[in-house]
Amino acid sequence: MFLAFLQSSIRFSTIFLFGSVGETLTEKSGNLNLGIPGIMCMGAAGGIIGASTYVEAVGTSGIEAWGATLLPILFCLLFSGLGGLIYCVLTATLRCNQNVSGLALTTFGIGFLSFFGGRAKTTGFSTISNFFTLSFPIGDSPNWFETLFLSYGCLVYIAIIIAIIAAIVLKKTRIGLNLRAVGENPATADAAGISVTNYKYAATLIGSMIAGLGGLFYIMDYLGGSVEYSIDKFGWMAVALVIFTVWRPNWAILGSILFSMLYLLPNYVSVSFAEREVIKMIPYLVTIVVLVITSIVSKRESQPPASLGLSYFREER
Amino acid sequence: MTNVKTDREPLFRIIKRDNIPRGKAWVIRIAAVVIAILVGALVSAILAGGSAFGAFFSGLFDGVFGTPRRILNLFQNTAILLCIALAVAPAFKMRFWNIGAEGQVLMGGLGCVVCVKYLGGKIDDNALIFVMFIMSVAFSVVWSVIPAIFKAKWRTNETLFTLMMNYVAMQLVALSIFAWVPSGSGVLGTLEHGNFPNVGGYPYIINIIIVAVMTVLMFLYFRFSKHGYELSVVGESENTAKYVGINVKKVIIRTMVLSGVLCGLAGLLLVGGTSFTLASDTVDGRGFTAILVAWLGKFSPPAMAFTSLLYVFIDQGAKNVATGVGIGDAFSEIITGIFFFLVIGCEFFINYKIKFRPRKKKEENSVEEVAA
Repeated sequence: MFLAFLQSSIRFSTIFLFGSVGETLTEKSGNLNLGIPGIMCMGAAGGIIGASTYVEAVGTSGIEAWGATLLPILFCLLFSGLGGLIYCVLTATLRCNQNVSGLALTTFGIGFLSFFGGRAKTTGFSTISNFFTLSFPIGDSPNWFETLFLSYGCLVYIAIIIAIIAAIVLKKTRIGLNLRAVGENPATADAAGISVTNYKYAATLIGSMIAGLGGLFYIMDYLGGSVEYSIDKFGWMAVALVIFTVWRPNWAILGSILFSMLYLLPNYVSVSFAEREVIKMIPYLVTIVVLVITSIVSKRESQPPASLGLSYFREER
Repeated sequence: MTNVKTDREPLFRIIKRDNIPRGKAWVIRIAAVVIAILVGALVSAILAGGSAFGAFFSGLFDGVFGTPRRILNLFQNTAILLCIALAVAPAFKMRFWNIGAEGQVLMGGLGCVVCVKYLGGKIDDNALIFVMFIMSVAFSVVWSVIPAIFKAKWRTNETLFTLMMNYVAMQLVALSIFAWVPSGSGVLGTLEHGNFPNVGGYPYIINIIIVAVMTVLMFLYFRFSKHGYELSVVGESENTAKYVGINVKKVIIRTMVLSGVLCGLAGLLLVGGTSFTLASDTVDGRGFTAILVAWLGKFSPPAMAFTSLLYVFIDQGAKNVATGVGIGDAFSEIITGIFFFLVIGCEFFINYKIKFRPRKKKEENSVEEVAA
């Protein structure tokens, strides 16, 4: 019972992990991208479009593992990257207000998913989903180790690997140092010869693509190929998770498991409807507490990037 | 010395504009709106076949002005959106990024329902509406002032704080509904008491009048009151505000109380004057849309009245177009998204000027080549 709960929590945490790692990268460049929920929707829509294009091209009988997984992933990256590009053109090039641009992108993304998701032909989606959920060969009666560590589809492992890579890049490499400099004080970074615009674009585009995979995971892996539109709420939880993990992708692995445990808990314990809503409230309350504590303690390491939410214009003083 | 290789001057550079004539700014904005509508028509033509291009325009206007009912809906939706936009405007003017209007309005609505549940039928309906007003404002102010206090005292990031408060409010509403409705359906039926009366046979008239009055009051507040002046100084530069002796913390908290009052009013108008019920999605994203609308109107109440009317016009019209050409309701969200992108993007051309590299004359070029 507990094993099953833990296993499904780890599986479900993938959507939060993709979202929060993507948003962390973006925020490290000083872009507070509130369009992440919309971008996750766009990623999911991309996956749906890719999958239905593939099925249309090869027919339901011709579905093969590589095409069935790679094409939706490619389309997902393409569309979520497009979302990030819109955001970046508005905020980094045109220097518009980040909050406003992000909210507009979320509106757009939600509409985009429900429009294209509603029109897509979903024949063959369950077959494609089987390729996404294909795990290591663990047999019918796996022991606890195999259940906890080997029973997931490819995207779960990809998410964890991406999170670890992102943590290393941010902490240990020159690129990460430059990126953090851009987020903390773009004027200083600019004076040091770092291209602020390039870093903002790169971080936001890569971050958006990573977040978009979260939407793809939800549709293709978790739901088994059926189309649902309510991805934006996971996007907002991913934004919360970024604060909860104080902008650290490696902590996000555990944080996202915790969030998904809280999200799934009502399904595993017998509670009344009202108690269920209280449990669902916990992730947000915990995030608020973390936000307040980090601001009161005001330790340097756990602060938001100093220029988060501000556009940078070189000639401004 | 002459063969020092200099970088070529870039093709264009961006210069900040000091100020732009008001008329020119509005020409740019109106051009953006017109382009947005054209792009909308183009998108619908791509998605639904060529004939949809013309149908888009007629559908847009038919959806908004087709019947008296639709016109009333236009003004009703505008009123609610404008009320929330008026609520977020003072805080945004102060550069306090309150994106928690969604939750604040919802808490206002919850305050109303609490009154109706425990006082409904026991006291006179008019008195009830008055108590509802007090309660909704109280609930909403609590929700808006908590992040403000933390921001003022410890500089807690208000964007993220208010965002989280939205979801706590939604869960709180869902929780209360389950507590009130024992069947577990999670749907609160129509409220029997505390509904606004119809005026002249039409609903929503009271909403529209209240919001119109509030628009004028907020205009006066921004333009002529000391508070309004103080909050715009804090928004321009916090250091300047401190230097001239404005108590920044006090201004932050006071302004968020004002925000809360208006959000509470919006909650009252939604529950008591519009839907007569409450659900966790009653506000339906309007807390976020209002931010966009307020920002597009440059936080000036009359301009915001115009922008919210414009938004509702496009939203309602695009929904009608979508039904007309049979491409689903979500179409309107795409169109409004495009509308926002273009109108947000056009601000760049108001704030900045693009200067192209001056064209060099041929002789000059040849001289340079010789020198190199």
